[in-house]
Amino acid sequence: MALIEVKDLKKIYGNDGTETPALNGVSFGIEAGDFVSIIGPSGSGKSTLLHILGFLDKHTKGDYKFDAKGFNDYSKTEIAHVRNKKMGFVFQAFNLLPRTKVLDNVKLPLLYSDIKESKWNDLAMEAIRAVGLEHRINHESSQLSGGEKQRVAIARALVNDPQVIFADEPTGNLDSKSGQAIIDILKKLNQEKGHTILLITHEIEIAEQTKRIIRLLDGKIESDKKL
Amino acid sequence: MKIKYTLRTAFISLKINKSRSILTILGIVIGITAIMLIMSLGVGAQELILSDIQSLGANTIIVMPGREPKGPTDPSAIESLYSDSLKQRELDALKNKSNVPKLKEIMPIVFSVETVSFSGETFRPTILGASDLLAKIFDIYPSQGAYFTDEQIKSKAKVALIGIKTKEELFGDSDAVGQKIKIKDQALEVIGVFPKKGQVLFFNADESVVMPYTTAQQYVFGIKHFNRIIIQVESESEIPRTVQDIEITLRNLHNIDNPDNDDFFVATQGEIADTLKTVTSVLTLFLVAVAAISLIVGGVGIMNVMLVSVTERTREIGLRKALGATEKNILFQFLIEAITITGSGGVVGILLGSILSFVAALGLSYFMGINWAFAFPLNGAILGLAVSVFVGLIFGIHPAYKASKKSPIEALIYE
Repeated sequence: MALIEVKDLKKIYGNDGTETPALNGVSFGIEAGDFVSIIGPSGSGKSTLLHILGFLDKHTKGDYKFDAKGFNDYSKTEIAHVRNKKMGFVFQAFNLLPRTKVLDNVKLPLLYSDIKESKWNDLAMEAIRAVGLEHRINHESSQLSGGEKQRVAIARALVNDPQVIFADEPTGNLDSKSGQAIIDILKKLNQEKGHTILLITHEIEIAEQTKRIIRLLDGKIESDKKL
Repeated sequence: MKIKYTLRTAFISLKINKSRSILTILGIVIGITAIMLIMSLGVGAQELILSDIQSLGANTIIVMPGREPKGPTDPSAIESLYSDSLKQRELDALKNKSNVPKLKEIMPIVFSVETVSFSGETFRPTILGASDLLAKIFDIYPSQGAYFTDEQIKSKAKVALIGIKTKEELFGDSDAVGQKIKIKDQALEVIGVFPKKGQVLFFNADESVVMPYTTAQQYVFGIKHFNRIIIQVESESEIPRTVQDIEITLRNLHNIDNPDNDDFFVATQGEIADTLKTVTSVLTLFLVAVAAISLIVGGVGIMNVMLVSVTERTREIGLRKALGATEKNILFQFLIEAITITGSGGVVGILLGSILSFVAALGLSYFMGINWAFAFPLNGAILGLAVSVFVGLIFGIHPAYKASKKSPIEALIYE
């Protein structure tokens, strides 16, 4: 069974008569170790799909299983633990804690894990080394460039050694050079450490560097091809 | 989750949002300090007023001229100041043992403010005409010189004792005893100086000039009547009977049949204390109302800062949830933050409130020359702390609770 199993997934916003479907019956599977990009124009439902896959939001109809279990098979606390241990998130807007050091930002997920505090520094440093920011650990997030901020966010997503990294337009706020650096890091994580990566983008040049492209249009899969 | 680290997280967030934390703490500090100060001053004032009255002694009766005022707005309260219904004739009648058998001591008093001068220096103290009973009743004895004698009262001797402030104003550091001060072109010899005493009941002893009542009537005020007659009896149990005796004596003397037509009235220390207790409890009630308003204002301030600060951190809550925080984790963090803020505000507020109340009591004692007692406003401290902490916790935690219930993505994209 695939790590991620999606069957006829629907997400409908609004329940006051004016129903707006964001996802309109989507089915696919993603194996562990894959590097998948989801592309499509804005409003095609790609962000909604990622949020549902990351248990950040709940789908309306259909079926979604992560590691053979769905949203309703977990309690709220268990969902939080799944997000903490098995998933890593990278957002377009970085979402770092303001006026907080790089090291403390990266440690944030460890706070909610059952890992001993004595190991936190080593784990955080390892993640920071993986994104090449070891010279910046004592800088506050506001002192970093956009590319560096996104690398901190990736380190934060990595620190709990998750099975999947969900990246929602990670290069969207970056220039092409910094954006490419981010993609290079993600590629390396996929190849060397075997992290499954799900990447949302609207840039075809970036999507073409992944192993598989799922193209969404109006809440439906338009095409799904392996590269 | 590690409690130690949660505590640290909370402290880090407080440090990150330094100005917000300080503002909230300040709101709590001001609320608590204000209510403590107000309550402390209220209690102090009450004790001061009552202790002054009680210093009169429970066996004291005061006879005043005019009709008894029915309330603070009754004009007869002012008429009483000018009424001349109590004169030597009345004094003699009251002194008569067959009229008022239980009378132990009796002293007429005349008083007003007049200009006093000595070699170019002038001052306007309270001029008090009395007898040496004044010393016993108010516990003021001269530190230099001596009181006037009964002989001097009878002979309308031109002698006076002066309060310490009067002495300093007129004589500075030089000796006053033996010198002659001038009041209304009359020269009076200073025969004594009172030590620092402050306010006693209706006059300030430090700013006084005390002389035989006969002298004051004849040479200073030019009147024949008295402003008060103070009577003391052997014990408190004789008060009701003596009050009756006084009323009957004066009514007979003035041919009054109907008590409603009395041109004098009699008050006892107990009655005055009761009246003042009503006044001071109204005062206290008023102060509590003011304090309540200051607490509401403080509470609204705390509420606002907490509400805004927690609401603007909805995105942070969303992020923390996305990274694996449970609802409990979020609540715990904000609970600790709110407790830290309200707790430190509470401690600082109580300290500041105590210090300021103490300083205020000290300052009032020093500058007004009164014996203002410091009372630790425990009620104020508890009330202020309870309200601030309650408001701080509710409005610190409730928005966080609401935010923690949102789905992570809803909180993350919250604007």
